[in-house]
Amino acid sequence: MSGDGEPLLRVEDLRVEFPGEDGVVHAVDGITYQVHRGRTLGIVGESGSGKTVSSLTTLGLTRRQGARISGRILFDGQDLVTLPEEKLRAIRGNDIAMIFQDPLSSLHPLYRVGKQLSEAVRAHRDVSKTQARARAVELLGLVGIPDPTRRVDEYPHEFSGGMRQRAMIAMALANEPKLLIADEPTTALDVTVQAQILALLERLQSELGMAIVIITHDLGVVAEMADDIAVMYAGRIVETASAARLFAAPQHPYTWGLLKSIPRLDGPREEDLVPIPGMPPSLISRPSGCHFHPRCPYAQPDHARIDPALAPVPEEPSHFAACLLEADVRARLWRQLQAGSTPKQALAEAGLPGAPA
Amino acid sequence: MIRYIIRRLLWGVLLLVIVAALTFVLFRVLPTANPALLRAGRDPQPGLVKEIERLLGLNKSLPVQFWEYMKEIFLHFQFGYSYYSQEGVRSLIGERVSATLSLTVGAAVLWILGGLSVGVISALRRHTLVDRFAMGGALVAISAPEFWLGFVFLLLFASDIGKFKIFPGAGSYVGLTYDPWKWFTSLIMPWVVLASGASAIFARLMRSSLSEAMGEDYIRTARAKGLPERRVVRHGVRAAINPIITLFGLEVGVLLGGALLVESVFNIPGVGELNYKAIGQSDFPVTQGTVLLAAMFIILANIVVDVAYAYLDPRVRYS
Repeated sequence: MSGDGEPLLRVEDLRVEFPGEDGVVHAVDGITYQVHRGRTLGIVGESGSGKTVSSLTTLGLTRRQGARISGRILFDGQDLVTLPEEKLRAIRGNDIAMIFQDPLSSLHPLYRVGKQLSEAVRAHRDVSKTQARARAVELLGLVGIPDPTRRVDEYPHEFSGGMRQRAMIAMALANEPKLLIADEPTTALDVTVQAQILALLERLQSELGMAIVIITHDLGVVAEMADDIAVMYAGRIVETASAARLFAAPQHPYTWGLLKSIPRLDGPREEDLVPIPGMPPSLISRPSGCHFHPRCPYAQPDHARIDPALAPVPEEPSHFAACLLEADVRARLWRQLQAGSTPKQALAEAGLPGAPA
Repeated sequence: MIRYIIRRLLWGVLLLVIVAALTFVLFRVLPTANPALLRAGRDPQPGLVKEIERLLGLNKSLPVQFWEYMKEIFLHFQFGYSYYSQEGVRSLIGERVSATLSLTVGAAVLWILGGLSVGVISALRRHTLVDRFAMGGALVAISAPEFWLGFVFLLLFASDIGKFKIFPGAGSYVGLTYDPWKWFTSLIMPWVVLASGASAIFARLMRSSLSEAMGEDYIRTARAKGLPERRVVRHGVRAAINPIITLFGLEVGVLLGGALLVESVFNIPGVGELNYKAIGQSDFPVTQGTVLLAAMFIILANIVVDVAYAYLDPRVRYS
């Protein structure tokens, strides 16, 4: 991954487990990534891949849910995993802020938007109510809400969906955080509004110089925003690279699946979408070997036995993938897929035996 | 909003008229015994009975009786005269209403503060010993009838017959203006007894409502912006309290019913105790008066709740 100097956020071998009645949920299973100042990391994966839990853990928000957490989350030199709650609270909403998927349910329905904003200011700054309110108006203006002096006294239900997400962003920016975690920030919004919100985030990033972690299942969103991408599957990172590299030469069959399941306007019309078969695995009893093997069209018999480690791609030291296929086989398969082959055809042409039933 | 309140008040008056008509049917039409006969003593002369009927106005036809009854209530605020003492019902109630207000208002404060705070503590300490103890206690309080609980309290804590002589016992009530301290101490046990059932219900409701609210997304947001946990809980309580407010109006009725029993157990000279005696003596005008008074309070409480709701939940707008 590119970037200079010490990273702002460095997550090392983070594991988050939730002991439950049916067994232990391995929500996050040893992930490592870093985010540099002013840059954007996209974390991509299906729902239940652990992407949200890992960022909630960064803020310490999984602690009270009885999570067992191990590994390190180094932010500005402090380990957030072991930081006492009161010190972590001083970081939340101040140095690290977070916005969520559904702005309507994420805003308190019975408090005025302005109150919710000034509360965020006053949680970390010793300012008067009047000053905090002035800051709230300023923030609403910053995120492009028209007539902020009037809107500041309205309730969330009086805002449109896009306006609510703008208000959420304004709240997150209240104390000019160094890191903004955006968890599916556009999923609940109309397509036209999605583009506006992404543009707003990019503008604010360049103005305020903050780093962004954007969590999404939508590769289109990360293509737009991210400098680096980490693909998560079943609580692990299965592939990570710079955005340009990941879209040019993806290595993991799961990434191929994600790429092939988005419709493209510039592709040939007759090219079929290839959905990833099956469902994400249960995080209580995960598949043996490579966790992706039951859904992988290219899986070989011993893939049900061997658990692949995240390893650098030959001659690409900043591109990592956790796949048991040989690098040259992967390159051949991806070329076939790019040429429009179905996974089955690609498999045959790459000279591999078919996937076990 | 003003229009809404006016409309609700007019509906309240109409409701009161209906309640008045129903009490007329209940106490003048349905009873089989002749109230005049009850007053005339053993083996009365027919002439005496006739005379009493004339005095009580029972010799007139029912529609005429109804018309006079309604006219008196709504034009002159007179509820008739006691069959027994011939005193005006309005003055009978008037001299007792302060004791009842002392009892019910105090109990309502205790009910709401006690119920909600126990509910909040239980919700935040769910499945701990504190929670189990509180909810177990609530179950007992809901199940125990006021008159039974009242006697238990007297036998345990009353200064005359109690095992631990802590609080003044039955019949110790004095007016607030007469001696505020004695007034307060004499009402402690009645307040607790009267409030227990309603606060237990509120505690259980608050527990489930707050537990649900604390799992909402906006609570996660409140934590994510770094609010201290106290303020996070406040966000939850603010949202959890709304569905419970609605029940306040209903519970006021239950509270007034309970006041009747608590006043008789603790011998507090209030409207409830007056009504309790009047029922025993078939003193229908007094019963009618107290029933109407209670109905008025319940209707008023519900209007207050509805109006308060508009202020508490900005998403509700009345038209």
